[in-house]
Amino acid sequence: MLFFSYFKELVGREVTVELKNDLAIRGTLHSVDQYLNIKLENTRVVDQEKYPHMLSVRNCFIRGSVVRYVQLPPEGVDVELLHDATRREARGG
Amino acid sequence: MSWAGAEDTFLSTSLASYLDKKLLVLLRDGRKLLGLLRSFDQFANVVLEGACERVIVGDLYCDIPLGLYVIRGENVVLIGELELGKEELPPHMTLVPEAEIKRAQKAERDATDLKGSMRKRMEFLDFD
Repeated sequence: MLFFSYFKELVGREVTVELKNDLAIRGTLHSVDQYLNIKLENTRVVDQEKYPHMLSVRNCFIRGSVVRYVQLPPEGVDVELLHDATRREARGG
Repeated sequence: MSWAGAEDTFLSTSLASYLDKKLLVLLRDGRKLLGLLRSFDQFANVVLEGACERVIVGDLYCDIPLGLYVIRGENVVLIGELELGKEELPPHMTLVPEAEIKRAQKAERDATDLKGSMRKRMEFLDFD
């Protein structure tokens, strides 16, 4: 549940989601769920030329299972907090 | 399970806000399906009404009608809402009939196969 909570904190931020098929999409994180499915708003594809069919997609749902990376804004990462939360979780709550 | 209210739906990751809209569904094998979202569940299994496959080869494209499709969730990569009134594809792309796109698709496939087999024969040269 840790990363679910973590991503929830990032709602409203601009992120880049790279998929396992190499498609990279940048957009505002609208919501995330327990499977780490992601909804993005105001999306644009990083390599627009290569994916012309994505031109008119502004909002999208991405299935959690196909995500490779989520690139976050540096100020959105509090490593210290994540570290503490991990230890807490490992101790069993 | 209870149905979320309109406001919850709007803020959640659920596909409910896409119901009855025209969507682009990207599949794991690279296919692109267009259609109206009529139903879905927690696995992202979806039902598309009036589905068609959009085949793109270079600057040519074609929408091949398929009918009513039930897509198993595991094959779904992305579901995109198509903005209404906006050009769906760049203006330099041309709509061609199904027969022509099938030909172009085959030509492209043959070219990749040829490249693959040439590479195989040249493997002893050890490029990369």
